[in-house]
Amino acid sequence: MPILSKRFSIKARDYLRAGEVAIEVKSILKTIGFDAELIRRVSICAYEAEINAVMHGGDGTLHLFVNTSAVGLVVRDSGPGIENIELAMKEGYSTASEEAREMGFGAGMGLPNIKKNSDSLKIDSEKGKGTLLAISFDLKAG
Amino acid sequence: MQLDEIKKVLKANVLVGEDKLAMNIEAGAGGDLMSDLLRRPLNGVVVLSGLNTLQVIRTAVITGVAALVLVRGKEPDPEMVAQARLHGLPVLSTPFTMFTACGRLFSQGLRGIDQKLSE
Repeated sequence: MPILSKRFSIKARDYLRAGEVAIEVKSILKTIGFDAELIRRVSICAYEAEINAVMHGGDGTLHLFVNTSAVGLVVRDSGPGIENIELAMKEGYSTASEEAREMGFGAGMGLPNIKKNSDSLKIDSEKGKGTLLAISFDLKAG
Repeated sequence: MQLDEIKKVLKANVLVGEDKLAMNIEAGAGGDLMSDLLRRPLNGVVVLSGLNTLQVIRTAVITGVAALVLVRGKEPDPEMVAQARLHGLPVLSTPFTMFTACGRLFSQGLRGIDQKLSE
């Protein structure tokens, strides 16, 4: 049974608001009382995924859920999809717009950073069909 | 090094967080690429950046940055100031360039996050 399940919407190309969802995720996890390191890892993944959805996605959603064994993030967008997932996982590979680069993003570190900071990352994407990221973080027993 | 000393060394204006100048800063980092900053924990770290957008504030909040210094005399817009205030993030602005600002802090004894990580 989930202890918490909350869905947020992400607006494409809204660089002014990009990151608001991740900051809300961070504050929810803080309220629950998770340790700082876990909160940092989840927030970073939420932020990178949110920025990806803003940059590349059509509108999307971020779903945060927490149960007794894990924290999970499911991020969907209706954007153009990832043509080559293997390439997208390489550090430095980027298809970001000039607009995103001006905001300090688009260095080709987003997905690698999510992988590095999570315990499990699943990517479901096809060209023209949007992208779904399922990211999870194990909660230590005890 | 106290944030107050960083302010003096960088001849900086304090735009947010005048009440937090006694805070102890353990190390420094510089960067304009948000994903680079997002790669490691930045608790207790002062971040110097030339990127003057809302995203630098959000990145700092997400990574737990202790204080943010904008280089080359950049001044944040009111929305950035409001967000920094909301999250209790001190923001300073120095007239020095990134290279000079980092060099001045280093020569006064502040070290980079690589040293902090290897401890």
